[in-house]
Amino acid sequence: MAAGVSAAGGMKRRDFLGVAGAGLFVFFRADPAEAQEPARLPGRQSGPTDFNAYLRIGADGRVACLAGKVELGQGAMTELAVALAEELDVPMDTVDVVLGDTDLCPYDMGTFGSMCTPLLWPVVRKAGAEAKAVLVQMASERLNVPAGRLRVQSGTISELDRPSNAVTYGQLVEGKRIERHLANVPVKAAGFQVIGTSPRRKDGLDKVTGRAKYAGDILLPGLLHAAILRPPAHGATLKSADTAAAEKVDGVRVVRDGGMIAVLHERRDIAVAALARIQAEFEKPPAGPDDKTIFDHIQKTAPQPRVVGQSGDLAEGERLAASVIEETYLNSYVAHAPIETHTATAQIEDGKVTLWASTQAPFMVKNAVASALGLPADKVRVISRYVGGGFGGKTEADQGVEAARLAKIVGRPVQVVYSRQEEFFHDRFRPAAVMKIRAGVAGGKIVLWDGHVVGAGDREANPFYDIPHKRVASAGGWQGGNPPGMNPFNVGAWRAPSVNSNTFARESHIDLLAAKAGMDPLEFRLNNLTNARLRRVLETAARQFGWKAGRAPTGRGAGMACGMYSNACNATIAEVAVNRSTGGVEVKRVVMALDEGLVVNPDGMRQQAEGCVMMGLGYSLTEEVRFRNGEVLNPDFTGYPIPRFSWLPKIEVVLVDNPETPALGGGEPPIIAMGAALANAIFDAVGARLLQLPMTPERVKAALAKG
Amino acid sequence: MERTISFILNGQTATVKADDERMLLWVLRGDLGLTGTKFGCGEGMCGACTVLVETEAVRSCITPLSAVAGKRVLTIEGIGQTWLHAIQQRFLDHHAFQCGYCTPGMILSAYALLLKTPHPTREQIARHMEDNLCRCGAHVRILDAIQEAAGAAKAGA
Repeated sequence: MAAGVSAAGGMKRRDFLGVAGAGLFVFFRADPAEAQEPARLPGRQSGPTDFNAYLRIGADGRVACLAGKVELGQGAMTELAVALAEELDVPMDTVDVVLGDTDLCPYDMGTFGSMCTPLLWPVVRKAGAEAKAVLVQMASERLNVPAGRLRVQSGTISELDRPSNAVTYGQLVEGKRIERHLANVPVKAAGFQVIGTSPRRKDGLDKVTGRAKYAGDILLPGLLHAAILRPPAHGATLKSADTAAAEKVDGVRVVRDGGMIAVLHERRDIAVAALARIQAEFEKPPAGPDDKTIFDHIQKTAPQPRVVGQSGDLAEGERLAASVIEETYLNSYVAHAPIETHTATAQIEDGKVTLWASTQAPFMVKNAVASALGLPADKVRVISRYVGGGFGGKTEADQGVEAARLAKIVGRPVQVVYSRQEEFFHDRFRPAAVMKIRAGVAGGKIVLWDGHVVGAGDREANPFYDIPHKRVASAGGWQGGNPPGMNPFNVGAWRAPSVNSNTFARESHIDLLAAKAGMDPLEFRLNNLTNARLRRVLETAARQFGWKAGRAPTGRGAGMACGMYSNACNATIAEVAVNRSTGGVEVKRVVMALDEGLVVNPDGMRQQAEGCVMMGLGYSLTEEVRFRNGEVLNPDFTGYPIPRFSWLPKIEVVLVDNPETPALGGGEPPIIAMGAALANAIFDAVGARLLQLPMTPERVKAALAKG
Repeated sequence: MERTISFILNGQTATVKADDERMLLWVLRGDLGLTGTKFGCGEGMCGACTVLVETEAVRSCITPLSAVAGKRVLTIEGIGQTWLHAIQQRFLDHHAFQCGYCTPGMILSAYALLLKTPHPTREQIARHMEDNLCRCGAHVRILDAIQEAAGAAKAGA
């Protein structure tokens, strides 16, 4: 055994776990206790400090990267492999990334808030740097050569003058835990080999061959599929259910547990068909708001507003203003609508639950399952290897608790796959929101801003423009704390929560003010903005677009908006054509300049930006949950249209060079300005001001009629 | 009606004893264990479950088993398992996916297009792919990948 490594705790056969996927098999000790360290506070992002928690080096020299994040499609797997490949000086294709397994991976709060790159990535990078320094020290002792005369290349450490005197990482570590540690090892400052390149995605081969295993692809011996009886509307209560006809179906088993009625069968489609045979009577909920009355409703039911930004004196701002504009902006409930619905497969063996779940937060789900089944947390393992889209909608995993409860009752593995209707019904929607802004200008300067946000949440409600007299208040939001009944559904984080709503309102209003001041929208923004990074993305986007100064509406159909999210800066310029008779909006081109700090993986960043353009078209133009008295009226892709190939505009993404700022998250910042850029472009095209998202043809026609 | 049905699945005879009104998607995934074909909506609206029956791309979630009796069915498991097919290779090269859940359906739809129209224009590709939904927004890369795969096929690559 090499000095500095040990097989602490002894190695038994069952301690070795094979992780299979695309022909990769990683063997290492599973140490759930280590995955939990250090003592952590619930809900806080805090992981272990020992680098062994994040990486293992096999006897064959392959490096396993372990992290509690989940691959939702955003590229976490590739991103984290870049960190280790760079700092350990190993090729990308020798790094295997194991994500979202609560028994193997160090604790992580969840995959949301664009936190992987700014928070976890530096930790993994540091782990790689420390491990490499330790390995060099071990090699120095083994080869009897001072560390300064060693070189590291592709996982082999050799003597500079005598390359045959060499040892590999694999030979040094032999798949064991590295016990030696070094303090304050710096990460590379320059001379990057992998950072800043665009390596092939680690998940690519699995995905193009269909071999990627999602939660619903786990087929276990004896597996039963569960179809669960759901109410027709939120707030409806079950009065009676006659399950006799369902039970007559060959092989069906009906389970009643608490308020849950589930139909189980070895084939999902047969379980679903049998569920339809249940004669259920529900008590209708009391009359509630619908998608038109909801805005009055949330204003009446919202909690007390909190002031989230204040400076100067509003009365003084009113006095200074040459003109004042007041407007109310609205956005409807929006669904996440991932193509993979919420899915989970649960198995209970020897008192331990293993749950494969499509979730963004496996450690949260682990606790939820343990609590629901009355088990200690170490008796639950959650595995979330590949997830078919999340966008904030898979932070909770009720389906995982349902599958585990049913598996316990029937004594067999159970899979729950939400139907598309269940997905739309149980989603935690982006909340409906009302943004009221009263703002004043004088001499091309904004002198007054009085903002009130209801429902959206306060992120980015406080404008970053230079405004001497302002006050911004926020009541209620996506993060909870809303009074019961304010929202007729669950609401939650939807890609860049709060920020899509607040950016839509702020940047629409800025264009109104620019028009009032008789200025070009770009010139007006720059005239009121000292933030150098925002100025730079605005100027960069304008240059790329070929922005021509003018007073809207110019008839050209060009609109801009800018914004910030988690310290990333975004300027978006859209070009549209509006059909005056149908109200249809064709988005021809979207130019986006982003300051994401150090860009770890330029192609990965572009993928996120392109995806955000498409998803942004949806919330801006068509996506809106229609409902009445707790019932979702459009729970399918016909009633709730999401972007398609024919919508694709020409997309141009410019990543501004800013390596001095640490790497920032990329999954959310690119989507925030789409609503306002399109609203401003529609105004520039036809002079109609859209104040409500989505900007459907009906609303465009109504705005045109209003003139 | 429960009966024994045979069809040619990825080049080999598959025989199942099942109700012939059951949808092909669930027979593939459940009875035959081929999980590459995905469930997305169950109503033929999203395309995640697309497979080929003979040379047509069909939505397997609304295609009854009776409709494939004696026919050739191609799923993602039947494409490029030894060497990647040109379409798969170009999806990989262009990173024409994010979460990957819609990818098998996208690849099968593209496969059907190129069978009939080996050299489609970009507009033809977009029109053909219109009803395959991708929530992550990989659309531009998917079009690039299919266009390049078609070009590669033309060049005999």
